[in-house]
Amino acid sequence: MLASYPPGHIRTPFFVRGKSGIVHDILGMYRNPENLAYGRVDADNKYLLRVLFKQKDLWQSYNGSGHDSIILDLYEHWLESSGIHI
Amino acid sequence: MVKKEPLHPHQRDLEDTPFTHYQIMTTAITELLFQKNIFSPDDLRAQLEAIDRKGPADGARLIARAWVDPDFKERMKTSVNSAATELGLDPGNIPILAVENTPELHNVIVCTLCSCYPRMLIGLPPDWYKSRSYRARVVREPRTVLKEFGTEISDKVEIRVHDSTADLRYMVIPMKPDCTESMDESALAKLVTRDTMIGVTLAKVPD
Repeated sequence: MLASYPPGHIRTPFFVRGKSGIVHDILGMYRNPENLAYGRVDADNKYLLRVLFKQKDLWQSYNGSGHDSIILDLYEHWLESSGIHI
Repeated sequence: MVKKEPLHPHQRDLEDTPFTHYQIMTTAITELLFQKNIFSPDDLRAQLEAIDRKGPADGARLIARAWVDPDFKERMKTSVNSAATELGLDPGNIPILAVENTPELHNVIVCTLCSCYPRMLIGLPPDWYKSRSYRARVVREPRTVLKEFGTEISDKVEIRVHDSTADLRYMVIPMKPDCTESMDESALAKLVTRDTMIGVTLAKVPD
């Protein structure tokens, strides 16, 4: 995930910015909420993806099992490829 | 004469604070919509009443059907909205995704950004679901939060939190409790609570 902190109506929580996850599935195209929020009726379409992160990769002091995970719905322009395909 | 202090100090009502910008804007837009006859106060009240009437019963009915009909469960996992329509329920226009608990996986739902929730099928979200405490904690210490709800999940089971950050809503298909083979759909639906469909509790065990 991009470690980017632009102002505005952003749906990408801080706790995953700059972190690595796996694309779990692709939900399809939805209108970009970052533009829709400002009344832009011509807001662009973006792919929305479900991205899975391992909890231990997000929190240093994670107190649960190493298997535990979290999935977030994130827009394509927040992702950058790690070059690794699973 | 000594002035007697009141036993209970005066506590300000919430309404004693000035209106915020957005409260004023909301009221202004509502009044404009009334004046322009786009909708009436009766329409507004009817809509609020319809939202208030929603509860977890529709969601529980879907789960009970999924428990007894594996084909229905597969269709529900593809699209909750069309599965709900099959049963004559109104799931609304927002796509809802069902995530299924298994012996290896336990799902929990949150909206860390606000309060996204499948209202059409399980009613209004409880206050704790919208609280900053639940939203902040369930993503970083889900097992501790679940314990507070009385739900202990084995370390061998993966806990997966779903954060509905965007255009979908989520609901959990819990595991069907043991010793329920002889129960019909309407009895099974009573084992499914709102909290079960959020994933903070398991389905109830029959008496």
